Formats: sequence, C-alpha cells, structure tokens
Amino acid sequence: MTLIHMAILLPLVAAVAIGIIYKYYKRIHLGWFVLPVPVIIAIYLATFIPKVSSGPILETMQVMPRIGMNFDVYIDGLGLLFAILISGIGALVVLYSIGYLSHREDLGNFYVYLLMFMSAMLGVVLNDNVLMLYLFWELTSISSFLLIAFWFMKERSLYGAQKSMLITMFGGFMLLGGFLALHTITGTYSIREMLAQVTLIQESPVAPIAIVLILLGAFTKSAQFPFYIWLPDAMEAPTPVSAYLHSATMVKAGIYLVARLTPLFAFSELWVWVILLGGLITLAWASFNAVRKDDLKAVLAFSTVSQLGMIMSLLGLGALSVVTGAGEAYFSIAVVAAVFHLINHATFKGALFMVTGILDHETGTRSLKRLGGLLTLMPISFTLTFITALSMAGLPPFNGFLSKELFLEAMIHVTEADFASLANIAFIFPLLAIVGSIFTFIYSIQIIYGVFFGKRTHDTPKEPHEAPALMWISPAILAVLVITFGLFPNVLSSSIIDPAAMSIMATDAPLGTHISMWHGFANPALWATIAIVIIGSLLFYFRDKWMFIYDYHKERFTLNYVYDQGLMHSRFASRKVTDSYMTGFIRSYLAYIFMFFVVLGAISLWNTGIKLNFSDMAPVGIQEMILVMIVLISITVILVTKSRIVSIIMLSAIGFVMALFFVFFRAPDLALTQLAIETVTTALFLVCFYHLPARSKHPERMRFKFTNFLVSLGVGIIVIMIGLIAYSNQLFDRISQFHIDNVKELGAGGNMVNVILVDFRGFDTLFETLVFGIAGIGIYALMKLRLNRKDETDEADPEENRA
Amino acid sequence: MKQTLKKTGHDKADRQMNDVFLQFTAKLVFLIVIMFSFNLFFAGHYTPGGGFVGGLLAAAALILLLIAYDKKTLQRMVPIDFRLIITSGLTFAVGLPTLSFLFGTPFFTHQHTHIEIPVFGDVALHSAVLFDLGVFLTVAATALLIIVLVGEAEN
Repeated sequence: MTLIHMAILLPLVAAVAIGIIYKYYKRIHLGWFVLPVPVIIAIYLATFIPKVSSGPILETMQVMPRIGMNFDVYIDGLGLLFAILISGIGALVVLYSIGYLSHREDLGNFYVYLLMFMSAMLGVVLNDNVLMLYLFWELTSISSFLLIAFWFMKERSLYGAQKSMLITMFGGFMLLGGFLALHTITGTYSIREMLAQVTLIQESPVAPIAIVLILLGAFTKSAQFPFYIWLPDAMEAPTPVSAYLHSATMVKAGIYLVARLTPLFAFSELWVWVILLGGLITLAWASFNAVRKDDLKAVLAFSTVSQLGMIMSLLGLGALSVVTGAGEAYFSIAVVAAVFHLINHATFKGALFMVTGILDHETGTRSLKRLGGLLTLMPISFTLTFITALSMAGLPPFNGFLSKELFLEAMIHVTEADFASLANIAFIFPLLAIVGSIFTFIYSIQIIYGVFFGKRTHDTPKEPHEAPALMWISPAILAVLVITFGLFPNVLSSSIIDPAAMSIMATDAPLGTHISMWHGFANPALWATIAIVIIGSLLFYFRDKWMFIYDYHKERFTLNYVYDQGLMHSRFASRKVTDSYMTGFIRSYLAYIFMFFVVLGAISLWNTGIKLNFSDMAPVGIQEMILVMIVLISITVILVTKSRIVSIIMLSAIGFVMALFFVFFRAPDLALTQLAIETVTTALFLVCFYHLPARSKHPERMRFKFTNFLVSLGVGIIVIMIGLIAYSNQLFDRISQFHIDNVKELGAGGNMVNVILVDFRGFDTLFETLVFGIAGIGIYALMKLRLNRKDETDEADPEENRA
Repeated sequence: MKQTLKKTGHDKADRQMNDVFLQFTAKLVFLIVIMFSFNLFFAGHYTPGGGFVGGLLAAAALILLLIAYDKKTLQRMVPIDFRLIITSGLTFAVGLPTLSFLFGTPFFTHQHTHIEIPVFGDVALHSAVLFDLGVFLTVAATALLIIVLVGEAEN
C-alpha cells in the first residue's frame, strides 16, 4: 500500500469521518470539511505530471493474488489526466455545493455519496487490473444512482435513478463479460500484459465478443446512442451532481475505457466502425434534440450526450491512427483533439451546469420560456454563460474553438484514409460532424439569448438577483480556464495532452503537438467553422419557421417509449410467471425445492452410476441404536399428533439427539453449535407460535398426501445414497490432510474447525455473516413495515410513519 | 411468552407474570451461560468454540431473560440497540480483513503473535479474534433482534 493507493481510497475514509462529523456538529456547513479532500488529491496528483512524462508508474498492492485480482495503480498520461480532472472539478463542485445546498438538506448523505463516487472514479482511471476496474466501475454506478435519487421524495428522481441504474448496470455487467472474455484469450487481468499480447487477441475468435461486450459497457456509461436516454432523466439530481457526475467525470468513464483499450482493439474493423459511427450519430442526434428542449438542464444534458459522441468519434478515428500508416498525421490529430476536447468539455460544461444551478436557485425555474431579460439583473452569471456557451458553440478565442477545429479537420480528412471500404461513404463523416456542430451552435446561442436577452417575462417564482460569491466562484474559475486554454493552448499540450495522447496511441515517440488558432485560409476546418456559424445564425434567426419538424417526432417513436413499455411489459410478464407458482404456502415451496433436489440427484446418480463399498465401516454401537430409536419415535409422533406444541417439542428432541450423535462421533464443535442452534430455534418457534394460523379443519386430500409422500420418500432415498456413495468413492485427495498439516503453521491455532472458519475458509464465514446480518435487518424491516401499515389504517401516528 | 400462554388456554396470563422461581433461576443461569459463551468465544482458536457458537449462546442467555421477564424488563436490563450491534459486528467482520492492506499483505491475511502477561502467562494474540468478534456480535444481535421482534408483534 503506497501513498497513491491511499490517495485513491482517501475519499472513502473521509466519507466515514464526514458521516460522524455530520451527526455531531452542524454549525459549519459540512462542505467545508469535505473540500480539503479533493484539493489535497488534486495537488498530490499534480506532482505526478513531470514524473509521468518520463514513463508510466506502476504501484502494486496485492488484494487476491490467487485469482489475479490486484490493486495495481498504473499512472500514465491518460489516467493522470482523468484523475486530475476528477479531483480538480471535484474540488470546485464541492465548493459550489456549499452555496447551492442549504443546511436543511441531508448533507451527510450527499457528501458521503459524493466522496464514495470520487474514490470509485479515481479507482477506475488509475487501475491496471480489469477486475478491480470493474469493481470501481460498478461503484460509480451505485453512487450515481444514490445521488440521482438524493431527493427521493420526488417521483421523477426515483424514475431517473432507476433508469440510470438499470442501463449502466446492464452495461457494467456486459463489461465484466468482456473482461472475462479477454482473460480467456490472454490469461491475465492486467491491461499492460494484455497489450503485450495484441497478436494473440487479433487471432482469437473470441475477440469480437469481447469487443461487443466492452463497447456495450462503454456506450451505456458514456450515454451513447441508443443508450443515452438515462442521462436526461439523471438531471433530477442536484445541480452540483449533474455538473460533476453527469457531465464532467462519470459519463467520461466510457470514453476512458475506449481510449485505454484502443491499442488492444484498434486492429478490428468492428471496433473502429462502431465507435466512429456511434459517436457521430450520437453527436448529430443529441444536438438536434437539444434545440427543442425547454428545460435548461435538459438542453445541457442532450448537449453533454452530443459532446460525448464527438469525443467518442474522435477516438474511433484515433483507432485508425494506431492501425494504419495512411494519413497518420490526421489521425493523431484526432487523438489530440479527443484529449483536448475532453478537458475543454469538462471546463465549459461544468461551468454551464453551475450557472444553470445559479439560475435555478435565484429565479426558481429552469424553463427557457419563463426566463428572459436577466442581463442587467445577473451580470456575472451572464458573463460566465457568455464565455462558456460560446466556447461550446466553437467560437474563438475560447478553448472550444480549438478542439472543435481539430475535430472538423480530422473528420474532413477522414476521406483520405486507406481503410477497408471507407472511401465509398466517407462523405457522411464530415456531413454528420457539421450538422451536429450547427445544432450545437444553435442551442448555445439559444441559452445565452433565451435567458439573458429579450423581454423580461416576470414569470419566475422568485424575484431574480445575482447569486452570492460562493456560488459563482467555481464557474468563474472554470471560465477563466476556458479563456486561458483558448489563448494559450500550448501550456497543456506538452505537459498533459501529449502524454495522454501517447498512451492512447501506445507510442513512445513524442508528438510535439502545437495547437494554434490560425492555420491560414487553406485550412478546410476554417471554412467549415464559418459555414457552421452562418448557417447556424440563419437557422436561429428563422427558428420559428422550421421548428415544426420536431412535431413529426412523435412520442411513440422515441427510445424512452421503448424503455418504458419494455419495463412495464417485463414487469407484467414476470408477475405472471411468479404468480403461476407462488402459492403463498411454505409447503409448496418446500415441495418445489425438494422435487428439484430429487430430480437433480437422480440424474447425477444415473450418470455416474452407483458404486457402493461397505467395507471398512465403523461398527454400530448400542448408543447409536438408542439414538436412532429416539429419532424414529419422535418422527412418528410428529406425523401422528394433532397438537402443534407436541410437534415442536418432538422436533427439538430430534435436534438434541443430533447433537448427541456429534458427541459420539467426536465432533465437539458441531455438537456445541447444534445445541445452541436447537435452543435458539426452539425459542423462536415458541414466539412464532402465537402468529401461526389456526389448523385447517378439513382433512387434506389424498392426492396431496400422496405427492408429499413421494417427495419425502425420494428425498430420503437420495440423501442416503449420497451419504453412502460419498463414503465409498474417493475421487480426490481428502482436503482434511492439508488442514491437519497446516493448522499450526499457517493458522497458528489449535482448533482446526475454528481455524477453517476464520482463516482457511474465512471468505465463507465473512459472507455468511453478511447474509446473517442482512437477513436480520430484512426481517426487521418487513416486520416494521407491517406494523406501520397497520398504524395507517388505524390511528396513524405521523411521527412514526415519517421515520 | 404471554401471548403463547394465552393462546394455549392460560387466560390468567396477565400483564406481568410473576414467576419468582423462574425469574430468580433465570438470573443465575443467565450469568453462567453468558460467561460460558464468552469462554467459548475466546477459547475458540485452540479448543472447541468460536464466534458463531459463542454468539448463539449469548443470544440464548438473553432469550432466557426475555422468557422469564418480558421485553420491557429485558430492555431495562440490557439497554442496547441490537441494530447497532449488528452494524458494529459487520464492521468488525469486514473491516478486519481490509486492515491487512495496511500490512502490505493480501486481503484477509491474519497476523498473530504472543505476549507475556504477568498473571495469565503466555497469551496468544491473533487478529482472527477480531474477525470472530464480528461474527459473535452479528450472530447474537441478529438472533435476538428477530426473536424480540416476533415476540412483541401483536397479531
């Protein structure tokens, strides 16, 4: 465990401390205690910038070395860029949230989730081991779910949280499958070691499966077409969360993954095509949709989707640079543009979200229709919006212009690629890119115009006024960065962009990127930009004339409709299936379980054959005979008796006899446990007794009895057979010898059973304990729920219900 | 208990049962059982016993009190929130294996040593005890939580 591991896990540790502080100290806003965490991490990570340029850093920490799951922190340009973005934006978001969230909110939950997310995200981008990466990946989904559902009393929040969870978790699961497929090819979980075996992956027939599965993971996480539908609904989260998770960092995890695995899969046409086309379609479609949205946050959500598509498509082009020699310069431009736009997008979109939060906070609405003419009332917000929205639109002198121009340049030159059958339809790439950019321009202008110009509507729930400094400092810092990166892009190029681009392209050769505003009139990207501005302005001016085309996009043809219907129908279907066998009687469930057991046992007996060996059996003594007699008598009494209490007592008698059996067979641990269990179960039976329903007066039907008889007979036979066969057949060496040999040296204990429980098979015990605890809490919740519901029907106690 | 008795026909089971013999014996036996459960727990690594059995016995000891008295009295005698105990038990059970990272060893690697204490002599120290403590607390508290809850629920 090194310092960098601790840096990754620091937010998790801090989350525990924050939870405690929140409970006992509420005078100061909790955010001030959280703020140092991302700041420290950001500063610490910044010290790696010079180190990384001389080569990646690898720090190993063993977690489960036997299965190859280790926490190997791998810091190269790409990972470091993401990590700095995560901690840097994280610090700004925490600062912003201090102004945004009031004391009345449940700040403890908010910051615990946020810190959990920070750890998870750092873990994703600084990991070399795919199993650990997957672990952190799912943790980001979980924390995102919790943060979207932060205002869990609102129905929309719950809907959005569930949607994001279903879609991203589905992707995460696919991702795990992809990683396992990679493991079967290469035999390792380390990305570094996989990279060394690219040829092996290239030849493997499993590779396309791995590609599809991994891309599913990346596309769901990064909200690419057609999985983007969760992101607009995720906007129900508090605005700091939207700025942080759903625009600057988490949704870029998919992009990170694609970038990280580009050297692995760039050979594949499937990979390049899916990413390139998927990204471009997402770009065009989402920016087209963003224009008609009324809610500012919805506009930004669709804008985020489209920008993610743009970065994704650039990475697709970058994959070409790895595999082909042709037009290599332009493809490396694509990679540089992807990295650069990643940074730019985090700055301007983060700021825009924060400004939206300010507007929401100070006017009480986010609707473009109800806002308007706020220029003189909120001058600071206007300045920030102006800078960042124009950067998003791709206008000079802001940073968005530079990366947008690189993007256009790369897309226009894609026609020169000598790659498969690309030449036939190559025109579609610049076309989609330009169409997407035009709509991006339109909605960017619409945000500025709709909110700050025009007539004041006087329709806002609150009287608008400028936000306190605490809220605009963070977007202001980002806006300053927007201008700085725009005017001096080369402060980034050698220190951050180049190392990141080099690790995507898996080269050691320095790129020597030099980004500049002016490339001369011969540059086609310049003309493309000019065309975008002119067409965009015209379309914006005449927007009332063509907006009607959105009406053709009916509700029934949207992906959301498909999602909702699918969810509803799957609910109905599963309800139908479940209802068909859930009778509500434990005896039916037991019958299912036992029947399955009998069938399974019979099949395996049939397949393996029965081989019995009765030699070398211990003699049956008089004491065992007596015990068996007691058991038999008890069973007979249970079967015959009509009284429940007699049944319970007889059942306990069998349990205690079992304990005696263990004593005779010299298993004191088992005997002790059996005794204790029997005592507690009997007590449980007695308290449950009162709740049992009255015994049915009607005699059971013959058929029912007969089925039960058959099932129990089958179970009895199978169990006896298993016992005999397990004794007679020795397929493997006994593991007990290992335990006997090692209990002293490895476990440092004397009682083998206990050493197995806490050491050799500690995992079993750990998870059993967890299950035990969860079961207890679950029963508690069920019982309490039942009690509460009864309260509601009677005289409802409001205090109790809210708790 | 009262409810069970009522159901089986003991109509006179009133608000507070006063079974002096049972209550007095319960107090005594409670002490013995709980001491035995601690003994089982600590001795577990070398002689029969361990966290699971110890936890169950501790629960059994408290259930004995519950049977002899009632829920209110039990809560006065043992003013602990069982949910909190479950949580701390799970924290021990999960936290201890995680601690091994601090020693630079893989997850779930136990550490052990032994020290000389004047009266007790050579005492073994094993990190498994803390893990077992987690098991002990979780098992005891869960069993109690369920039984107390089911017992108090009115139909």
